[in-house]
Amino acid sequence: MTQQALLSPEAVIEEFRKNGVSHVVYLPDSETNWMYQLMEADPSMDLIPVSREGESIAIAAGIIAGGKKPVVLIQNTGMFESGDSIRGLAQDCQMPVVMLVGYRGWTRHGPTPDSAARLTEPTLRAWNVPYYLVEHDGDADRISAAFADAERTRWPVAVLVGDEYHGFNR
Amino acid sequence: MINQVDLMAVVEKHRNNGVVVPTMTGSRGWNEVSSNKDRDIPIGGAMGKASSFALGLALAQPDLKVIVFDGDGSLLMNLGTLVTIAEKAPKNLYHFVLENGVYGVTGGQPIPGVNKLSFAGMAREAGYAASFEFDDLEDFASRADEVLEAEGPVFICFKTTPEIQNEPIGLRPPSGLKPTRVAIKDVMASLGV
Repeated sequence: MTQQALLSPEAVIEEFRKNGVSHVVYLPDSETNWMYQLMEADPSMDLIPVSREGESIAIAAGIIAGGKKPVVLIQNTGMFESGDSIRGLAQDCQMPVVMLVGYRGWTRHGPTPDSAARLTEPTLRAWNVPYYLVEHDGDADRISAAFADAERTRWPVAVLVGDEYHGFNR
Repeated sequence: MINQVDLMAVVEKHRNNGVVVPTMTGSRGWNEVSSNKDRDIPIGGAMGKASSFALGLALAQPDLKVIVFDGDGSLLMNLGTLVTIAEKAPKNLYHFVLENGVYGVTGGQPIPGVNKLSFAGMAREAGYAASFEFDDLEDFASRADEVLEAEGPVFICFKTTPEIQNEPIGLRPPSGLKPTRVAIKDVMASLGV
């Protein structure tokens, strides 16, 4: 049986289009495979696969320096690995990097056995990175809010893609 | 062994308004020779991410020559960058590595793999369009046109003389380098973006 997608990849990509995203810097995670297939079919976005997540922040900063608009797509585990790049290249250089972060282990209502989920929000707070939680299409405009915040503050902003419904795995 | 400032002076003549991204030990050397500091972005303390930043810039501005001066220790911290760069294959990216075999800014401790690994070989096998290695300045100077006009991504490894800083951080003279944040703003203004 096909699972209902409560956060549709189309809604996320529409947010990217609305915000003029030119480059998507990504490392696949288990929640977002369907979206990659749609992005690959969209000629307006250049996809940049990375070997390790920390690269993605630095590449995004370089794209911003070149006058274009990137978005970073990684998982929370990769976000942990990216900490020094978020500090040194996004924050210290005042780069408005927006990161969509797959929220591995997020359960919302139940117990959260996955340490990746338990540590995600405390880590973002410790790093002083503002964040939004997006779980279904009704939340999608928070992605635009994240882009607006990042531009206004010249600071990285995270969008946590809730995993509860596995919405991207059709 | 090549003195890094001498080789940078050769590169300077061929930059053609390109943006130069030096990191760590290379940043001081480049600061001595650069004639267009509004197009320099020195990156310090990025744990090997200068080449990643340069990749992003090269992809965003495909008609702009982008030159990165990486360190050997820096590249080891971010080796996957070789594969990431080769995958996107920007024709305008020139990835120089100053291979001096040591962590120069921390007192000269040897890097892992010194005298065993081949950076130029790794870049070639990762899929760079061209990969060079030089241990003689005259050899490089005579081929600089060829190297810097080749279609990228081009990887160029230099065997350089170690530039070791061994004073406590607090006792070192100011670098004289622009903060990266300011340098990025200046480059963006220069590019009109």
